[in-house]
Amino acid sequence: MISTNRTLSGSSQSPRSPSSQPPYLSVSVSDPVKLGNGVQAYISYRVITKTNFPEYQGPEKIVIRRYSDFIWLRDRLFEKYKGIFIPPLPEKSAVEKFRFSAEFIEMRRQALDIFVNRIASHHALQQSEDLRTFLQADEETMERLRAHETSIFKKKPADLMQMFKDVQSKVSDVVLGKEKPVEESDPEYEKLKHYIFELENHLAEAQKHAYRLVKRHRELGQSLSDFGKAVKLLGACEGNSLGRAFSELGAKSETLSVKLQKEAHQLLMNFEEPLKDYVRAVQSVKATITERANAFRRQCELTETIKLKEINLNKLSLIRSDKVGEAEMEYNELKAESEEATRLFESIVRLMNEELVHFQERKTLDMGIAFNEFARGQARLANGIADAWRSLLPKLEACSSS
Amino acid sequence: MMGSENEGFEEAHLYASREEMENLVLDDPLNNNGNDNNNNNNSNSSINGKSYSAYRSAMSSLSDTHHPLSSPILVTSAESDPLLSPPRFRDLRNPNAPESSYIEPPAYSDVIFCPFEGNNVSDINGVESPSRNSDFSGRFSPSSSSSSSSSEYLKITVSNPQKEQENSNSIVPGGNTYVTYLISTRTNISDFGGSEFGVRRRFRDVVTLSDRLSESYRGLFIPPRPDKSVVESQVMQKQEFVEQRRVALEKYLRRLAAHPMIRRSDELKVFLQVQGKLPLPTTTDVASRMLDGAVKLPKQLMGESTVLAPHEVVQPAKGGRDLLRLFKELKQSMANDWIGSKPAVVEEDKEFLEKKERVNDLELQLSNASQQAEALVKAQQDMGETLGELGLAFIKLTKFENEEAVFNSQRVRATDMKGFATAAVKASRFYRELNAQTVKHLDMLHEYLGLMLAVHNAFTDRSSALLTVQTLLSDLSSLESKAEKLEAASSKIFGGDKSRVRKIDELKDTIRVTEDAKNVAIREYERIKENNRTELERLDRERKADFLTMLKGFVLNQVGYAEKISNVWTKVAEETSGYEKESS
Repeated sequence: MISTNRTLSGSSQSPRSPSSQPPYLSVSVSDPVKLGNGVQAYISYRVITKTNFPEYQGPEKIVIRRYSDFIWLRDRLFEKYKGIFIPPLPEKSAVEKFRFSAEFIEMRRQALDIFVNRIASHHALQQSEDLRTFLQADEETMERLRAHETSIFKKKPADLMQMFKDVQSKVSDVVLGKEKPVEESDPEYEKLKHYIFELENHLAEAQKHAYRLVKRHRELGQSLSDFGKAVKLLGACEGNSLGRAFSELGAKSETLSVKLQKEAHQLLMNFEEPLKDYVRAVQSVKATITERANAFRRQCELTETIKLKEINLNKLSLIRSDKVGEAEMEYNELKAESEEATRLFESIVRLMNEELVHFQERKTLDMGIAFNEFARGQARLANGIADAWRSLLPKLEACSSS
Repeated sequence: MMGSENEGFEEAHLYASREEMENLVLDDPLNNNGNDNNNNNNSNSSINGKSYSAYRSAMSSLSDTHHPLSSPILVTSAESDPLLSPPRFRDLRNPNAPESSYIEPPAYSDVIFCPFEGNNVSDINGVESPSRNSDFSGRFSPSSSSSSSSSEYLKITVSNPQKEQENSNSIVPGGNTYVTYLISTRTNISDFGGSEFGVRRRFRDVVTLSDRLSESYRGLFIPPRPDKSVVESQVMQKQEFVEQRRVALEKYLRRLAAHPMIRRSDELKVFLQVQGKLPLPTTTDVASRMLDGAVKLPKQLMGESTVLAPHEVVQPAKGGRDLLRLFKELKQSMANDWIGSKPAVVEEDKEFLEKKERVNDLELQLSNASQQAEALVKAQQDMGETLGELGLAFIKLTKFENEEAVFNSQRVRATDMKGFATAAVKASRFYRELNAQTVKHLDMLHEYLGLMLAVHNAFTDRSSALLTVQTLLSDLSSLESKAEKLEAASSKIFGGDKSRVRKIDELKDTIRVTEDAKNVAIREYERIKENNRTELERLDRERKADFLTMLKGFVLNQVGYAEKISNVWTKVAEETSGYEKESS
């Protein structure tokens, strides 16, 4: 739960706000509850909002949301805020077996909490109307919106048309033998793209090993437990001081097994998850890169199209055709579109540059925290192990002298 | 002298088993290490107030073990790392000998390797530790705590396998090759009449030795010899197989040398000393024995040579040539079991029966513990490996971020990553070292498990000797009753019955010889019983000492490495303490 104190660009204190208290928007995702039956079972979460933003209905609001609601929010933000790295969501599907395991649910809850808080603390995203809807709307409204989104025709007609045109132009490009789609020729941007793609690979590998390490902790814990039991039995068989020594050893071993399981969990939540989160964040950046590429291409296409239209218009006006009016209208429309596309593209570029700075800073922080947690956990574990075994030594000495 | 992590850092290059690591130039982030420990003491680190032990990584002579359960190959790190001063062999009795400069609880990482490492290292350096006449793997010997005042040792080494030709006229040209090994002995035991000598022996000779020992020392817990391997001759020649066998032979001979009675045996002496062909009678295979026995059988059935000579009696019927005797004893054992008739002599030693139960129980638990020990070792190994891989992944990330850095935050992150990665790689190495040592310690469980076979054999010696006695007794009683009957019948005839009288005389002879045989058999049985008893005592005594040593070694090892690993991570925690989450 992070309360934000980021300055809101361009927002002013509404005359309604009673005090000079700095604006805050703080959200928490908690209390997962399993609802429904059988195949349709799902988990719902309680989302609590505390805020003094004027646009919100009140200082506090509690709603119930499920995972697909979060997806809805993410998708809406992704459409509206191009250029901004939308905070990533935890993965959609999980192996059926684990979907309702306590660990999985907790991991997801944590990730969702972080997701919403990142949105709430982003100077632009926190202004989103969709966010307000998400945080405040009643369940039925949310359900309606969600259903609408997930319908096959979730794209608006205009978008569908655009998709059509894209396909058309791609096909015609191929047919006409035009080369690959237009791309920016900014070398720094190229470097960035390369960096992002490479980074994902490196991080994915690190995350894979981190996950394995969690497993190893569990396995070591298990084997310590089994070993402890076996040694205790051996001790019972031996009897005398030797038997006692064995029994003590076995008991210690079992104690340590518990410690290892605990540490495995810590590792999972405080190191492996942040790493996974990092991977997802990079994927979000990739999505933005794609958006930028799309915007760039659209801008180029429109520019091309305008040129053609201009030529056509001139031709028509020269021959004083009665189609001039229509053509002129089309031309003006396209001009507006083109300007819009250029604006969009430029805003994406600008936003991305801003976002990148924050992204790198944030990730350094996140990783720093993760390393710190890891190190503390490991040190704690190692100390626990050393203490446990050390306490046995005087007893062993006593045994051998008896 | 504070062992510094600088040493350890160089070690990272020495022992890196991956080329990636060796290619990396990791500039040392641990420059201030000399001051670090002091700083640590002063700071109120909530994380770790324990001792910061001196880093003595050189004992990682075993970090190159590829298979945790194979005998670790000793790397003489003593020679390879000049930074380390000699006495690394620390006396277990003196764990507080201050190597670390802190008065904190004793840093066990200084002491970890003492009993075994010290042993091996001193062997390498040619310093003999007198009371230890065998290496760890052959340890069924008087433990140091109860070592006698004598300083005798018998040190055997097996080396130098060589292929040799069998020079018989075989039809296949260049056929039968076999491998011989050089058996070198160093001893100060006077009986040997020499202090250093060597002979060449082949595996078959070892089998002969083992068989002869089993015969001569019935009732003792004779260490079992390495298995004959039923593999193709091609495999026999392979380096790996030969090396495995060499190691197994060495272990076996050292165990023999560690046995208080067997080490003085003629058989062993002869095996170790006599040049050329081994002058011990070889064992004939089962088929030939049965054949010999079959030849003798008709005569026996006819009544000739039915008498059991005393010298035969001291060996069990099974495995011999006397089929008739075999049948008789079999009949006797069936009588014991089924018909329930109580034979004259019975295993009445309750104490022995209880001990036998205990031994069986012990074997069961040992087997279980041995299995779990193996699983534990594997888990430790995996942990180390995965940690290492994680570290490497971050090292790659570090390089990557540094190369591609546009923002300063990236460089900061790269530095953090490097600190983390280095620590992970170090910790990984510690796990692997820890594991190599764990294997050595817990190996004692496997050792004693292997010994159970010897115990069973000794018990079998006893029961077969008993069976021989019982058979002879019932023989005797039936002979005597026969004699009685004859005498009664002959006394009815006045003047005596010449043929009957003759028969009676013959019978009386037979009875006398059988009586002698019976006495010998009883003596043998008693002897074996006594052997069993003393051996059981010895087993209990030595097992207790050995297991306690094992436990201590295991625990010390764990403590030592846990401390080292803790230090590594504590450092990282401090370096990244700026990021520490405020508790929410």
